[in-house]
Amino acid sequence: MSRDVVILGAGMHPWGKWGKNFVEYGVHAARAALKDAGVSWQDIEFVAGGATMRNGYPGYVAGATFSQALGWQGNEIMTCYAACATGSQALAAARAKIQAGQCEVALVVGADTTPKGFLAPQKGERPDDPDWVRFRLGITNPTYFSLYAQRRKDLYGATDEDFATIKVKNAEHGFSNEFARYRKKFTVEEVLASPMVASPLRLFEICATSDGGAAVVVASKEYADRLGSQRQVKIGGISTVSPKFASADVEMPDIATDSAAASNAYSFRASIAQKAYEEAGVGPEEVSLAEVYDLSSAMELDWYEYIGLCPQGDAEKLLRDGDTRIGGRVPVNASGGLACFGEAVPAQALAQVCELTMQLRGEAGDRQVSDAKVGVTGNQGLFGHGSSVVLLR
Amino acid sequence: MDEADTHLIGSRCKRCGTYFFPGNVTFCRNPSCDSDEFDAVPLSREGTIWSYTDAQYKPPEPYVAADPFEPYAIAAVELAKERMIILGQLAKGVTVDDVTTGMQVELQLQTLFTKDGQDYVSWVWQPKR
Repeated sequence: MSRDVVILGAGMHPWGKWGKNFVEYGVHAARAALKDAGVSWQDIEFVAGGATMRNGYPGYVAGATFSQALGWQGNEIMTCYAACATGSQALAAARAKIQAGQCEVALVVGADTTPKGFLAPQKGERPDDPDWVRFRLGITNPTYFSLYAQRRKDLYGATDEDFATIKVKNAEHGFSNEFARYRKKFTVEEVLASPMVASPLRLFEICATSDGGAAVVVASKEYADRLGSQRQVKIGGISTVSPKFASADVEMPDIATDSAAASNAYSFRASIAQKAYEEAGVGPEEVSLAEVYDLSSAMELDWYEYIGLCPQGDAEKLLRDGDTRIGGRVPVNASGGLACFGEAVPAQALAQVCELTMQLRGEAGDRQVSDAKVGVTGNQGLFGHGSSVVLLR
Repeated sequence: MDEADTHLIGSRCKRCGTYFFPGNVTFCRNPSCDSDEFDAVPLSREGTIWSYTDAQYKPPEPYVAADPFEPYAIAAVELAKERMIILGQLAKGVTVDDVTTGMQVELQLQTLFTKDGQDYVSWVWQPKR
């Protein structure tokens, strides 16, 4: 196929609620990634920025905003928005540019400053906007998380203790992660004692909204070799596929699924990682560790199945056997996941990639997964967006 | 309005037969169909609970909440003929303890809120007796 593209450097601004401009987080992360890569800003030929929807015009043109803040130097720019998959889509654009031979080294940046509480729709009466309609009906983001959680309870025997255990596991993982927002260990009892938000999910099991920034420097393998980089991580595959009609997933922001009256029904989420695995030429059985979207603690269980770590209905067993803890067969969310980060939408998919990069290099400190060779990310958001990235050592 | 006649109105593609809800669709979204003609059709008023949850905290606008806020339950309901799942609140007074996955429910109308003397009505799901 086309030439290999590698990650040369990764950088992040710690997640939190810092109340600063998103540009500051993005530039901090970008400079950290450049330093980590040993690449000068002025050598970057292409900047792919992840857009943010809640910070005015500079957020809509994030690629330019970050380039200006780093100092105009004539690089090409692009900006994309793909909800939770924004970072992966920006990464895919940079990879394609390098694969096509149009540049050798690129910078990918995503950052966000978030409001408090629910991510609410834009103001105004917009009955044609499904996002507006569902909020009018009282259907918020936790509604969707909880519908899936309840279904796991009824179909596969998941328990409230299972859901709480995931929070406990991820809190332990993220405890020593300098980039995580919440670094506090929990007990199952403490999680179960937190207020019910949307049955069966409780406050400590639902992802918060955070400020944060993440960036990676990507390059052709030839460029990285010329630079003498010994810490390259290969991008095996990137998937940013759309759903297939009729999509049977109950998905934000829709209040109804596609009708399968005249078509076959497909599960979108289960299809996302498939393309990334195929591109990388690896299967789920070879995965050393995974970073997946625990928008709720319960949703992590769904992801074990979506990325093929176990058959449908077996995720609870994987969890209970301790397979997905650090030290287990295939650790999931070694970073601490969204449970410890909260979500900074355009930065989050890149944060997953940053974590895998650190892990595959063996530079993840206290949370290092031993002998990490193959890493996979999985994420999914509104309006048919989802992504998966496979990284290889 | 007679409760027994209460239906959601969806659209049905005249060529491939796919249903849409909400029905404000201009072009058929089935990728193997290029029709742009639809019939407005009543959707099944009974279905099976696919899953359910509730809201213990007041959602942001444009949700219009009673003051003080009253928690409400929500169900995702599978319609057999249309082969689709439709979300909606459960009828007032129904809690998550009253329902299970697989339970049969039927459509009812309920006033969600009143503003400037006008009732804003929506569909809700009521467990079948």
